[in-house]
Amino acid sequence: MTIRPFRLSVLTLSLFIPAALCAVVLFLVIYSGQAILFNGLHFITDINWNLGDLYDDPVTVNGISVPSGANYGIWVFIAGTLASSTIAILIAVPLSVGAAIFLAEAVSPKIRPILSLLVELIAVIPSVVFGLWGIAVLVPFISHYLSPTGNGYGLLAASIVLALMITPIIASTLLDALMQVPRENRESAFALGATHFEVVAKAMMPMVRTTLVGGIVLALGRALGETMAVLMVSGGGINILPDSLFSPISTIASFVVSQLDSAQADPTNMSVRALSEVALVLFVITLAVNAAAKLLASGALNVRNRK
Amino acid sequence: MSATANSPPQRSTQEIRRVITGNIGWVACGIALLLVIAPLIDIVGVVAYNGFSAFSLKLFTTSTKGAGGGLLNAIEGTILITICAMVIAVPIGVGAGIHLSEYGKNKLGSTIRFLSDVLTGTPSIVLGYFSYIVFVIALGWGFSLLAAAITIAILIVPYLARITELALQQVPNTMREAGFALGASEPTVVFKIILPGAASGVVTGALLALAISVGETAPLIYTAGWTNFVWHGRFTHEPVSYLTYVIWTFIDQPDAQSHALAFAAALLVMLVVLAINVGVRLLVRRTKLV
Repeated sequence: MTIRPFRLSVLTLSLFIPAALCAVVLFLVIYSGQAILFNGLHFITDINWNLGDLYDDPVTVNGISVPSGANYGIWVFIAGTLASSTIAILIAVPLSVGAAIFLAEAVSPKIRPILSLLVELIAVIPSVVFGLWGIAVLVPFISHYLSPTGNGYGLLAASIVLALMITPIIASTLLDALMQVPRENRESAFALGATHFEVVAKAMMPMVRTTLVGGIVLALGRALGETMAVLMVSGGGINILPDSLFSPISTIASFVVSQLDSAQADPTNMSVRALSEVALVLFVITLAVNAAAKLLASGALNVRNRK
Repeated sequence: MSATANSPPQRSTQEIRRVITGNIGWVACGIALLLVIAPLIDIVGVVAYNGFSAFSLKLFTTSTKGAGGGLLNAIEGTILITICAMVIAVPIGVGAGIHLSEYGKNKLGSTIRFLSDVLTGTPSIVLGYFSYIVFVIALGWGFSLLAAAITIAILIVPYLARITELALQQVPNTMREAGFALGASEPTVVFKIILPGAASGVVTGALLALAISVGETAPLIYTAGWTNFVWHGRFTHEPVSYLTYVIWTFIDQPDAQSHALAFAAALLVMLVVLAINVGVRLLVRRTKLV
């Protein structure tokens, strides 16, 4: 076997990708080690995130030095993440399904590229610009017309912004799938006397169902990890579970950003370690969701091949 | 068109109901499309209106001072971070794309592809926090240009690899075979035949990666820091400013001047991102026709 320097060098370059991923996981695990030991399972179930008294002498618990009174629990942020992402999906799915159907079937092929370009462009707007729009337009709107307390920042604002951001993911996935439905299937449905809408709803949609679910799960993965837009409009609630659409919330991702300053003030470094554990939890959640999306996508492919 | 179609058949109530249901369905779908596109137009409109009215010469010639001043340091910082990130990421991403496309039809290739997808799906804040504990704390670089650039590079390498791979796959196999038949070596075939043939695709990938790095915020908060001054030429131990930071912090200030700066920064970022994405899509569509 001969050594091929060119192949070897591009192989090395491509190995950077797995190496970077492994480094991310490894260092997050190593760094959060002490925090994992200190927090145990309470980390997931506690609703209280308390940095403790950063100016008092640190106390030692099980050989780990922590600020006195410190307690790290992220159930509030998990709840905030799940609530905002779920509501975002509930808003985004009907909108994007309707938009994709309209683009695929009701629009002339001449203007379809322009409209689908517009839908795709939503996905490239930076999330911080969505957040800016949320603060400037959406939050005042909610506080004037919807919120009983007059507070616009909160779960609803975060969910709407998230919904806008994930709509193009679902819509373009579904649009691609609808455009690939074989002509024979459409025409046989028409030949049976179905109206155009019945052809779409009863003949085409069942064929692309798996792809649609895959797109929704992919969008969910994006929504769970979204940071800036949520941080800017969510109101940053901590230590209290959201009880209405207008409660201030924090998601896991937005909480990590908002804690930078206080974490740096901790002399024992415990809060930086605990935040590392938070990031690890977020990584695991999004990994699971994205893996599910991938499985669904490959499943859809198998079904199509079998036919 | 049939001969017996002279008198239209009587429609039963059931048929009428089906037609009406269909029409309601189409109207609902049209409204859905409107509701999807309207926010985009509103976002672009609001940002453009507020941003353009904040434009002045001072914006591009002076640095931020507290929550006022210009945007010189932020513009410079964003350009620096983007250039450094691209310098790190393009060789790795394009190299990885070459490997995946030309030699990646095996277990190793699909494993790398899968892990690359995992990295793409990882929230950017997780990458930012990783860089924070490794580069900023453990290596002691502090908030710095290099930490920020490496973080953005990790973020965009998977995109570059994927798009390069797709672009190289578009080059027909006969071109490779013709090259090898002339006695060309592997690197010659890749660099002289395949890469030039796929150049527009690779450039597309690089431009999209550039757009991503200009618009990113979350990973920079934990790596770049913030400063009111322009760059002094140090890669570590010196924080850098960036445009997206201005957007998310200045909009929370109470005064109109900082709001204007936030919108101006948003407009600059949005112009770059939209120009690249619209341009790339028009270009790709045209080359496909040719």
